Amino acid sequence: MTTMTGAEALWRTLVAHDLTTVFGYPGGAIMPVYDALTAFPDVRHVLTRHEQGAIHAAEGWAKATGHVGVCIATSGPGATNLVTGLADAMLDSVPLVAITGNVARHLIGTDAFQEADITGITLPVTKHNYLVKSAADLPAVVAEAIHIARSGRPGPVLIDIPKDVQLEAFDGEIPAPEPEGERHEPSEEAVMAAVELLRSARRPVLMVGGGAQGASREITEFARAWNVPTITTLMGLGVFPASDPLWLGMPGMHGSVAANRAISGADVLVGIGLRFDDRVTGRVRDFAPNARIIHVDIDAAEIGKIVTTNVPVRGDAASAARALTAHARPFDHPEWNAEIQEWKGRFVRHEHWSAGYAVKAITDRLGPDDILATDVGQHQMLSAQLARFEKPRRWLTSGGLGTMGFGFPAAIGAAMAQPEVRTVVIAGDGGFQMTAQELATLTRYRVPVKIAVINNSFLGMVRQWQEMFHGRRYSEVWLGDSNPDFVKLAGAYGIFGVRAESADELPAAIDAWLAHDGPSLLEAVVPHEHGVFPMVPAGASLSEMVETAPEGVAK
Amino acid sequence: MSLPTSDFLLSLIVRDEPRVLTRVASLIGRRGYNIKSLSVGTTEVAGVSRMTIVVSGDRSVVENAIRQLEKLQDVIRVVDHALEKFVDRELVLVKVAIRSSEERVEVRHIADDFRARIVDVGRHALIFEVTGDEGKITAFIEQMRPFGILETMRTGRVALTRGSNADVPGHVYAGETRALEPAVK
Ligand SMILES: Cc1ncc(C[n+]2csc(CCOP(=O)(O)OP(=O)(O)O)c2C)c(N)n1
Ligand SMILES: [Mg+2]
Repeated sequence: MTTMTGAEALWRTLVAHDLTTVFGYPGGAIMPVYDALTAFPDVRHVLTRHEQGAIHAAEGWAKATGHVGVCIATSGPGATNLVTGLADAMLDSVPLVAITGNVARHLIGTDAFQEADITGITLPVTKHNYLVKSAADLPAVVAEAIHIARSGRPGPVLIDIPKDVQLEAFDGEIPAPEPEGERHEPSEEAVMAAVELLRSARRPVLMVGGGAQGASREITEFARAWNVPTITTLMGLGVFPASDPLWLGMPGMHGSVAANRAISGADVLVGIGLRFDDRVTGRVRDFAPNARIIHVDIDAAEIGKIVTTNVPVRGDAASAARALTAHARPFDHPEWNAEIQEWKGRFVRHEHWSAGYAVKAITDRLGPDDILATDVGQHQMLSAQLARFEKPRRWLTSGGLGTMGFGFPAAIGAAMAQPEVRTVVIAGDGGFQMTAQELATLTRYRVPVKIAVINNSFLGMVRQWQEMFHGRRYSEVWLGDSNPDFVKLAGAYGIFGVRAESADELPAAIDAWLAHDGPSLLEAVVPHEHGVFPMVPAGASLSEMVETAPEGVAK
Repeated sequence: MSLPTSDFLLSLIVRDEPRVLTRVASLIGRRGYNIKSLSVGTTEVAGVSRMTIVVSGDRSVVENAIRQLEKLQDVIRVVDHALEKFVDRELVLVKVAIRSSEERVEVRHIADDFRARIVDVGRHALIFEVTGDEGKITAFIEQMRPFGILETMRTGRVALTRGSNADVPGHVYAGETRALEPAVK
């Protein structure tokens, strides 16, 4: 037993858990932790340019690897700058440990300089949080936080450490990590009930979500063994290979014709690792109106929360899929398959220069191991529609919270986790500017992220809604008068940039962009007004999907 | 399809951690559950507290509330009293205005019928302590209303499962703690 400070004990516990890359930003109340860091050469601290950049990078790290992401901030403004990322990680079930400094214990509650009640503020957007009152508790709290973040349904955990606790002596043991990868087998009863219902199906469909990102193999085996058409939600993209003929694409507001029609026509729907978000279901009352529903989730609170469930199955996605595979009786329903094939032929072809054209040209160039991150907006939905994923954890997007500014820093985190693969981010001209300061992080660490800015000079997604549902009254969505020259912006950080303004210019620009050794930026200047289709208008049912742009609406 | 709304009595066995009450209250507030009363107290086990809450809603809403509450790290167990026999009590202090000595006598007679105790005697008011289930408390208050109720304070309902089983895990009395499938947190 050696005596050390709380700060040192914190680092030792993180190292003992193999969490040796952290994203952070220093400040007064976290200085002892940064001071102690200097004695840990094996820890890689990534200094971002904003705490929001740090936490999204940690999320990107976690989403790409499935391991816990770690970020650090100081008290007050540093801590509150993490809130968006915590809420994002909470809704998308991202395992994260966020560490914040706070004012010394005797100052807590006095409105001291840079004091914020961050445990109070983040209570509803964390899986759990701690205010550590003594250095003696610190390593155990950190170990517990890591465990909570990654077990069951993963999520963010915040640890707030007063400055004097960071300096206090600790002379206990550093806890060893708990084993990862616990399984939660579903009950035999639930599995058999699911099997029985499945066997009765004539128009079955499987729908998998982000909760199955760690169960890709088992899900794929299950789908193939039963020969069931498979839909992957926005968060589930990559769980099931897009090249498989059983794959129908993404459901919901901007989902594929095949996925939405299959849901509306199905008589049995199996949902695994998803939560029937309103962007997926459309009007809930009319969601899968003919289907009996089997819902598999590790989180019992999700089952029956939104849609009425006929067979609830509580368990982890991999265990449940494996159990269901064991009872496989492959479907053979030619009529259902014929209908599905017809639907699969109905999709928007991006034949002319547009955001969709640019996104398709970019995603067509991605290999199966490449990581694709996106920001939030039209370019995100286009990417989700057009990219073809063969593997899980290659797609990083902000689903539940829809956080503009997420994509670029998330790509940085993922690229640092997996330098051996290529990481591309597709962002809008609006959202990219929410965290564009992280260009400095790329430069500092030479992270070879490939940035594509789809520049339509608009907050495109909002513009599309205003066009369709607000009588074309464009209100505060025009950016074209004040956007930067994105190529020059990259250049200001020493990053190579290239621009394409037409379909003709695009291939060479993409070549140069991808071929460049190191980080680079592609600006695709696309027509201002174009819409993302298919679209299910907000509040409508999936069957009311608009397949292509109606008369008078920009394609 | 809407199920009938009624009151559901839940007991939460919780770790005595800072903000545990805030966590429970915040979750309930955020998810829009309708809470009629909430009472908290320590238990015979160090570090473990117990809350009884009355949630009103249809059965499916309450079941979702239970599942959500079970996910809180500091909630050890949620006991759904709809599933087993239980006893519940509430304690109320009622301050009743007294205008004449006749009224004083009359009020005391009613109180006797309810086994209500007088805990404070003033010249123009009496404070009664009455304990019972919801029906009894409501009836008592209704009986006193014509005299003029100056103030009341209710503890909210508290409940225990009947029989020799204990709801606090790992704490065995004469019986066994109930083996429940643990919530996945
Ligand atoms: C932080 C944040 N603020 C506001 C929004 C609302 N919002 C959703 S999409 C969008 C427009 C995004 O514009 P841009 O980044 O240019 O992408 P585009 O839709 O044009 O592809 C906005 C403002 C949001 N999702 N996140
Ligand atoms: Mg835009």
